[in-house]
Amino acid sequence: MRVRVLVRLKPGILDVQGAAVKRALAGLGFAELTDLRVGKVIEVELDASTPERARERVGEMCRQLLANPILEDYTLEMVDDLAPRGAVR
Amino acid sequence: MRFGVVVFPGTWSDCDFHYVISEVLHEPVRYVWHRDRNLADLDCVILPGGFSYGDYLRAGAVAGKSPVVEALQEFVAKGGYVLGSCNGFQILCEARLLPGALMRNECLQYRCQPTHLAVENVETAFTRGLRLGQVLTMPISHGEGKYHADPEPLREMKERNQIVFRYAEADGRVTRAANPNGSLENIAGIVNPAGNVLGLMPHPERAAEAAMGGTDGLLLFQSLLGSLVEDGSFLKR
Repeated sequence: MRVRVLVRLKPGILDVQGAAVKRALAGLGFAELTDLRVGKVIEVELDASTPERARERVGEMCRQLLANPILEDYTLEMVDDLAPRGAVR
Repeated sequence: MRFGVVVFPGTWSDCDFHYVISEVLHEPVRYVWHRDRNLADLDCVILPGGFSYGDYLRAGAVAGKSPVVEALQEFVAKGGYVLGSCNGFQILCEARLLPGALMRNECLQYRCQPTHLAVENVETAFTRGLRLGQVLTMPISHGEGKYHADPEPLREMKERNQIVFRYAEADGRVTRAANPNGSLENIAGIVNPAGNVLGLMPHPERAAEAAMGGTDGLLLFQSLLGSLVEDGSFLKR
């Protein structure tokens, strides 16, 4: 089973990378840009009997290592294994 | 007093610490590999700077879960001394041996420069040879040294006098201009509540000989050695 983890800085924590990228895009003329935050995506493939179990285990991975709860929030998303691989990559 | 200098893949200040301890302080020291769990012969474990495990995921994140750092939890609980500098400080925070976290410098630049540090706590084994308000000069060399803690942990740290060093001007004034990385309230170094674990972003090992531009870094080691003589740790061995 495949789970996609999205790790982002918590709201209220200054995202200096996001601010720099936002300035660069504004410089390219994207005047409509109002906000931008940089995060990271981690794709986890694991053996699990059910999607619920997979979520639970990956949640545990996030709490122990993948995210730092002082700075970061995370969200989990099941990646449909039946979808063509090209579409999820 | 026996020192151990931990080496992770990607550590870069290990040889500097080893040199200062053996050649400048003339104390026994050995390297400790990151998979080693045996710390029983050591009085003080050093976590040096560098890029442990390539800083993958977050600076210090993978090292924070390594076998040697797991063993460190018990070492610390038994009262052993730990000094983490730069990446070592990041590792101590990731391992929850110290509160808070270190993130990307606010300026986004890697900063390699001398800094002045105002001493705020002289009750720790590492700083008891110093004067309150004394200003030390040590270099920093990092891209992710912006200290962050939530308001509640910060309040607890202040209550327990856990803030040891703040970035300051040469005269000791703590100003925004003296803050090289955007750290919360200019925090440069902290201790755990028990006072036996010190984490700081500056590099004491790079300020340990006059030829290197200063010797203020030695003061931390000399305080620690003095503490051990006085509490009888030398006699116990």
